Amino acid sequence: MSTATLAPTTGVGEQVARKKRTTYEPIPMRTIMGVELRKMFDTRSGFWLMASIVILSVIATGAVILFAPADEQTYDSFAGAIGIPMTIVLPIIAALSITSEWSQRTGLTTFTMVPSRSRVVVAKLIDTVLIGITSILVALAVGALGNVIGSQLAGVPTTWDMTVSEVLYILAGNGLGLLMGFTLGVLFRNSAAAIVGYFVYSMVLPTLSALLAGAQDWYADAQRWVDFQFNQTGLFDGGFTAQDWASLAVTGAAWLLLPLAFGLWRVLRSEVK
Amino acid sequence: MINVSHLSKTYGAFRAVDDVTFTAHPGRVTGFLGPNGAGKSTTMRIMVGLTPSSSGEATILGRHYSDLPNPGREVGVLLDASAQHAGRTGREILTIAQRTMRMPKGRVEDMLALVSLTDEEAGRRVRDYSLGMRQRLGIAAALIGDPEVLILDEPANGLDPAGIRWMRDLLRGFANHGGTVLLSSHLLHEIEVIADDIVVIGQGRVVAQGTKHELLEAAGTYVRAADHAALAAALNAAGHHTEQSDQGLRTEATTDEVGTVALAAGIALRELRPADGAGLEEMFLALTADTQRDDTTDTNAGAAA
Repeated sequence: MSTATLAPTTGVGEQVARKKRTTYEPIPMRTIMGVELRKMFDTRSGFWLMASIVILSVIATGAVILFAPADEQTYDSFAGAIGIPMTIVLPIIAALSITSEWSQRTGLTTFTMVPSRSRVVVAKLIDTVLIGITSILVALAVGALGNVIGSQLAGVPTTWDMTVSEVLYILAGNGLGLLMGFTLGVLFRNSAAAIVGYFVYSMVLPTLSALLAGAQDWYADAQRWVDFQFNQTGLFDGGFTAQDWASLAVTGAAWLLLPLAFGLWRVLRSEVK
Repeated sequence: MINVSHLSKTYGAFRAVDDVTFTAHPGRVTGFLGPNGAGKSTTMRIMVGLTPSSSGEATILGRHYSDLPNPGREVGVLLDASAQHAGRTGREILTIAQRTMRMPKGRVEDMLALVSLTDEEAGRRVRDYSLGMRQRLGIAAALIGDPEVLILDEPANGLDPAGIRWMRDLLRGFANHGGTVLLSSHLLHEIEVIADDIVVIGQGRVVAQGTKHELLEAAGTYVRAADHAALAAALNAAGHHTEQSDQGLRTEATTDEVGTVALAAGIALRELRPADGAGLEEMFLALTADTQRDDTTDTNAGAAA
């Protein structure tokens, strides 16, 4: 066999066949995750978006120290103040991680290097969840520092009025917000649409839902089984009962899982231009 | 080796790619020529799995692109040099490719040197790149995985004449080392300069393909004589069709045949030569005229040639 192929009639074409015939290892998931993480930090806008988490935590902490009365210089106040910017920034980070592939057209390169789009999307999802958890822990640390300083300045004893379970509720609440941003990114594949979509979800819909619940008794009873945002923000207050978890799961499936599944289905089939 | 077999893509009633079949061979540069909107880019996007085909298939090195375990190591792709995050530096874009393909770190600097981007340019953000610099960066990204096959969509766009020459030499070297190159262009001149084989596409269909030699040969012979009427009669009698062209005659007969006929008929010739790419160019212009879009680029092509 080898003597036959090495016969003298070697055209230019045949030289190639022997140039190399290596089988390459598939690209491991950790490589894709590493690259996608890098892509979230390696532009000015990406870098400042990440930096804004720390900056906003510091500003929120400073605001509590300056403006909150002495008896409210407690850890709960600091955590609450820091949590507000977090519920906006994290979903935006999650949405942009997906939409930039389309808005900036980098998907042309990304999906050529890694043809399995689902692996890229999963890598981005894991990365954003890790960023979310890290951000909240950093924010809580900044808040803790603020709590020590604030109570010292106010001359009151430092109060650590937050339990581990409350921290977990905050993580869960922010985590679901982040997933909502990610879902909108996958669904719209357009940065502006995803961000507007998130503000509609987090600000416009709750107002309408609350108005309707105030005006219509039947909706006030049904709200928890319809309004995901109502359940999601409920997490920040903690103390969920079995029924709370059930309504969270039901609305989460409808608002989060279904659109995410539909969006993924479209991402896998759509044309990348 | 790239094999495209009966590939079609329809958007509603519109057939963007219509039963396209061709092969790009190793050791050769294959030019994919057609006016804007002819279906070149769509065909290339289908090859690398970015666009699903409606029917037919494309294989690269015997496999579907999506089945390649680490595609960048086997196929270098440049589809649109401007499709990059404008806020990334050139070096960062190459680093992302190098890490994704799991190439050694030094590969980034090697590629920057290969495409002559300076250290300072590599540190600049891509929004500040000229189109020519973006093309060089895109070629660097395509080559970073040391692939066997190159698929390049309009890579010469935005390059100056020296840049086009540089790219021709680069691709020639790549093919001479046994690589397969497929590059597209809407400019006949570019393809003539760079390609060995040519596939001409218009309105989604392959309208001609063959080696550059064959296609240019098919253009026939240009001849001028003292007595055109007598020469035309003699050629027609010998079974060759002729037509008036500029100052002389065009015929599909070879220069040898025309010479022999003229000698036998005793007609003095003033000029006798292959008709160059005239036939190919006319076919190409006819294609472009149909799409009514390329008036300016045609003029450029003519001027450049």
